[in-house]
Amino acid sequence: MDIVKLTIDDKPVVVERGTTLLEAAKSIGINIPTLCYMKLEDLNFENKPGGCRVCVVEVEGRRNLAPACKTECSEGMVVHSHTVRVINARRTVMELILSDHPAECLTCAKSGNCDLQSMAQKLGIRELHYKGEQSRYKGDKSPAIIREMDKCIMCRRCETACNDVQTVGVLSAINRGFESVVAPAFEMDLDKSSCTYCGQCVAVCPTAALTERDSTWKVVEAIVNPQKTVIVQTAPAVRAALGEAFGMEPGTLVTGKMVAALKKLGFDYVFDTDFAADLTIMEEGAEILDRLSRHLNGDKEVKLPILTSCCPGWVKFFEHHFPEMIDIPSTAKSPQQMFGAIAKSYFAQQLKKKREDLVVVSVMPCLAKKYECTREEFQVNGDPDVNLSISTRELANLIRNANLDFGKLTDEDFDHPLGESTGASVIFGTTGGVIEAAIRSAYEMFTEKKLEKVDFLELRGMEGIRKATVDFDGLPINIGIAHGLGNARKLLEDIKAGKSEFHAIEIMACPGGCIGGGGQPYHHGDVEILKKRQKAIYAEDAGKPIRKSHENPYIQKLYKEFLGKPLSDKSHELLHTHYFDRKSKIEVNH
Amino acid sequence: MASVKLPESKIQELKEVCQKYDNKGSELINVLHGAQELFGYLPAEVQEIIADELNVSVAHVYGVVTFYSFFSMLPKGRNPISICMGTACYVRGAEKVLDEFKRILNVKVGETTGDGKFSLSCLRCVGACGLAPVVTIGERVYGRVSADDVKKILSEYA
Amino acid sequence: MGKYKSHILVCAGTGCRASDCEGIVSNLESALEENNLNEDVQVVRTGCFGFCEKGPVVKMVPDNTFYVEVTPDDAGELVLEHLVKGRKVERLLYIDPDTKERISDSKHMGFYKKQYRIALRNCGFIDPENIDEYIARDGYAAMGKILESMTPEEATAIIKESGLRGRGGGGFPTGLKWEFTRKAQADKKYVVCNADEGDPGAFMDRSILEGDPHSVLEAMAICGFCIGADTGLIYIRAEYPLAINRLKTAINQAREYGLIGKDILGTGFNFDVEIRLGAGAFVCGEETALIHSMEGLRGEPTVKPPFPAEKGYNGKPTNVNNVETFANVPPIILKGSKWFSEIGTEKSKGTKVFALAGKVNNVGLIEVPMGISLREVIFDIGGGIKGGKKFKAVQTGGPSGGCLTEKHLDIPIDYENLLQCGSMMGSGGMIVMDEDDCMVSMAKFYLDFTVEESCGKCAPCRIGNKRLYEMLDKISLGKSTEEDLGMLRNLANVIKDTSLCGLGQTSPNPVLSTMDNFQEEYLAHVVDGKCPAGQCKALMHYIIDSHLCVGCTLCNRVCPVDAISGEKKTPHVIDSSICIKCGACLEKCKFGAISVQ
Repeated sequence: MDIVKLTIDDKPVVVERGTTLLEAAKSIGINIPTLCYMKLEDLNFENKPGGCRVCVVEVEGRRNLAPACKTECSEGMVVHSHTVRVINARRTVMELILSDHPAECLTCAKSGNCDLQSMAQKLGIRELHYKGEQSRYKGDKSPAIIREMDKCIMCRRCETACNDVQTVGVLSAINRGFESVVAPAFEMDLDKSSCTYCGQCVAVCPTAALTERDSTWKVVEAIVNPQKTVIVQTAPAVRAALGEAFGMEPGTLVTGKMVAALKKLGFDYVFDTDFAADLTIMEEGAEILDRLSRHLNGDKEVKLPILTSCCPGWVKFFEHHFPEMIDIPSTAKSPQQMFGAIAKSYFAQQLKKKREDLVVVSVMPCLAKKYECTREEFQVNGDPDVNLSISTRELANLIRNANLDFGKLTDEDFDHPLGESTGASVIFGTTGGVIEAAIRSAYEMFTEKKLEKVDFLELRGMEGIRKATVDFDGLPINIGIAHGLGNARKLLEDIKAGKSEFHAIEIMACPGGCIGGGGQPYHHGDVEILKKRQKAIYAEDAGKPIRKSHENPYIQKLYKEFLGKPLSDKSHELLHTHYFDRKSKIEVNH
Repeated sequence: MASVKLPESKIQELKEVCQKYDNKGSELINVLHGAQELFGYLPAEVQEIIADELNVSVAHVYGVVTFYSFFSMLPKGRNPISICMGTACYVRGAEKVLDEFKRILNVKVGETTGDGKFSLSCLRCVGACGLAPVVTIGERVYGRVSADDVKKILSEYA
Repeated sequence: MGKYKSHILVCAGTGCRASDCEGIVSNLESALEENNLNEDVQVVRTGCFGFCEKGPVVKMVPDNTFYVEVTPDDAGELVLEHLVKGRKVERLLYIDPDTKERISDSKHMGFYKKQYRIALRNCGFIDPENIDEYIARDGYAAMGKILESMTPEEATAIIKESGLRGRGGGGFPTGLKWEFTRKAQADKKYVVCNADEGDPGAFMDRSILEGDPHSVLEAMAICGFCIGADTGLIYIRAEYPLAINRLKTAINQAREYGLIGKDILGTGFNFDVEIRLGAGAFVCGEETALIHSMEGLRGEPTVKPPFPAEKGYNGKPTNVNNVETFANVPPIILKGSKWFSEIGTEKSKGTKVFALAGKVNNVGLIEVPMGISLREVIFDIGGGIKGGKKFKAVQTGGPSGGCLTEKHLDIPIDYENLLQCGSMMGSGGMIVMDEDDCMVSMAKFYLDFTVEESCGKCAPCRIGNKRLYEMLDKISLGKSTEEDLGMLRNLANVIKDTSLCGLGQTSPNPVLSTMDNFQEEYLAHVVDGKCPAGQCKALMHYIIDSHLCVGCTLCNRVCPVDAISGEKKTPHVIDSSICIKCGACLEKCKFGAISVQ
């Protein structure tokens, strides 16, 4: 191994060549402050433009201060991380950044979670010596994401997330100098752009320049409205992260406490999106089997691989970028929308209520879900199947508002019938989970044999693109998994080029899947948090008495009483959807 | 932004410009130069076509267009006026000349007069420092311009 | 220049073109025809002569008569008198401002006497659109020499030993840069010529490209041979259409002659050159930004290392030099490193081209040996200050440089000395200022430039320069305190210390150098609320001396805002709260009653 020796703050340190000063310092317990820098190991996310200059250090022999995040260690370097010169420079730069930032901490959505705020605290900034004009940009309120670019500090993390990780390409730095900011093309509003609302920009934004559209107050209004029956559904990944918002260790499962809190908040029915996830498996699994059987019988028309469709960010992505392939993904609605459709039909009937009297609220790790429930095809006579979608973070705020001591709540169970779920549905919350759940059921339906070993470890992990072949009793089924839209794009390009060998592919827009969703408690760059959430998800699955979707007794009952069988006319009406070509078109003057 | 309907023939020409550079994203700046030559400016629609042809995001194209002062998203006037704001011209009174143009035309820098006749911009050093302060209108270069000359110069374009 | 007996060289640089040199050329040609001289005399459009102040310039060869401020109407007389009758046209000769004598040969003019032309050797001598004329003056001989008789190591060694340093601003040793790139292992390497001359007030690179494009092509090929590159890219400002056209012509001609392209001179060496257009971003003069711009990206610089020599264009080793640096290369190869290193100072060898401008009599482009003093440049070559005013400062290095004063006039000009005085060589802009120029305004002018040209990537440059500008503005409005000056200095130093690229690392220089050299002037603004140069409008007050005012009412009538009042034939007064300080009254007053304080 090629190593270099250097000294940082009089401490000798030996590191591998290529190590940055920041990493070298960290290895000997010196935490040089950083602001724009963010690196998510395993997720292909690395943002170090060297732009904020907060991490500057003094390197002997160099004329200027060097950014620790970008400067590689070299032999014999003598580095000082906290000389007067460095501290003065760091504080002055920080004051400059703050001088171009609205001082609205008291009412800011990000207060307490803001990297800029905590850095100002860390550096002990108590006064701004340099004041002047502040940047002003027009606000942008999409259904899911709010852009308040007056608060942008040009760390460029969102650009990295949107372009390098997700390859969505909606954001770019525009203009230059003091006028420069990150924005969509022509500074158009996000809802006019090809934004997928995956929310990864929000997840990495250090300030409140990018936040979710807050619907908490609308939820409160619905709950207190005596005319409305308010139903809440919670996505699988929420329970694996909500605890973090209350100071619990990442990876703490809080399913029971979450249910208890929701009941205390006054929801009439606390249900589980997991129920709908089981339903998704029934429909999607049947669709996979249908296409697969037709394919095996020599039907040349049938399109393979089949792609999962439960992720709304992913759906919008292919509608914009691969419109020529909109007939490949499964037509099954996402669990959120299946839940809404069933709640406002089947469950409304049971309650003997009109669908308009029901308000369906979803709690999601996701921001794209806010957009998904506004899509017109998910409405009946203007009444959306899911009325409101709030993020994990918003739920945490609701719980705080209600003065609940979350950690001390006694666990409670979901209500019936839409609260019952299997282990298969829980793992929807992580990358690889949907396809594993689908295989658990599809295997049994296809082979008509019992699946003994339900854990498909070969499908699990954090690698961006994973491949595995599952033995369907002698028939090898090739499975692909991609999380992060950049990885999805690679698989799609292969399919487009006819190079894909897969029968089925699971795609999740967010790195890590829903556990890394844009609506989750902020990870602040610590990728270990995502791994712990993933572990929690698998633990919940392992602890469930039933681990295959088709064995969920309430699902079986639903089909028996209401839907008939998977892919029936009723199922098609309620549980399947269609996609749109959203590629932008230029008007031509002939 | 008002949307522009581009004539089909021009779109074809634009695509040919892109093809000339092998539709490579790395040739974006050359393509933008070609496009601006073709249309006189770079309306959003043109940028979208370029993005599509070069297989880069339109945000990226816009990011590049707004970075470089040579590229414009506004149509220029029939007689584009540029005041040199290089140091030599500045110390010899370019600012007063600029103020006079602004006053008479009643436009700000970067704007075009209502009748589309003149647009006003500043540039950095045309390299005719011997003639400072320098004003260019279209291809024509005016040297040693004083604020008093502005009216006379503009009258040439009546 | 074979078949003609004599030539008329007409400067066709941008400055002289603006003064209708084309009209001169066509009138000269028709006059030659009328006098049946068109077989014997050729009119040649050349690159810049440098003496822009007296343009358009026309030079008769072989007798070297140098005519100044020629107009198209003078063409007939020039042909008839000079060529037909053999008499010099006295009225178009340069008049020495001191002796009042008419001087016909440029080498006796103060402007040219102290110049030493290496980079500009062909500018004003050859038709830049004719490769034969370049070849006739030893063009491509240097390339031939190394291709035929040298290894890349040997050729690089000559450049190294010559002591040539980058003329774009930084002054990095050129030979060393070449050696780094040569040693980098890669399947592909690039030679890049930085012709994105962005300093306001500097136009030497453009003049070289317009006047002698082949010298740059030849040098790039030499560099390609030395570092092992087969592709050259010239990144040139789109604002230089003439230079671009001449380059294109030159590239085509050189290709036709087999001097660039495949298997050059049958030696198996391949090297071709392409043009890349800049699009108006000063920061693209920084080499990493330039490379990103060529890659179709926003011209944002990246942290060095890695240097372009390791990882440049398309991730390949890339050697970036500016135009003037390249223009020095062929003569060094031909005449040897010793010849070159004998010119200049210990650490700064050779010559430097400066664009001399501002309040100086002889504005123009000059090339002088390193080590010459500012005094010689400004007073001997530049002919002193315009209008007999007092010299106040000279700004070198453009937005990255600083203002030097009287006390610096005798310091030999080289990289280190300028740096030590708080300025820098930069690309060679040299703006002379007189007593009417306010140093706060000057610093503000440059900061305004930097604020506009900052790419916005790093915080100290993006926000810091904006704040610097605002603080200077506050000073010019008389709204600052002495305490602010201390903060101004701290901010300037932090921006220098923390900015990502050369732009931000040098942008505070105009502030720091004026603060150092003109402290009293800053204090006058801050403490006394006065602008000694009378340039900061907010600090000016127009007053009427009641003893001198006769009450003619002229000032009253000319005031655009009715700030002046008074009865006829009684002294008038100006209401400062209304006055917009336009100066109209001062101009109109025939009695000298109005003054500015």
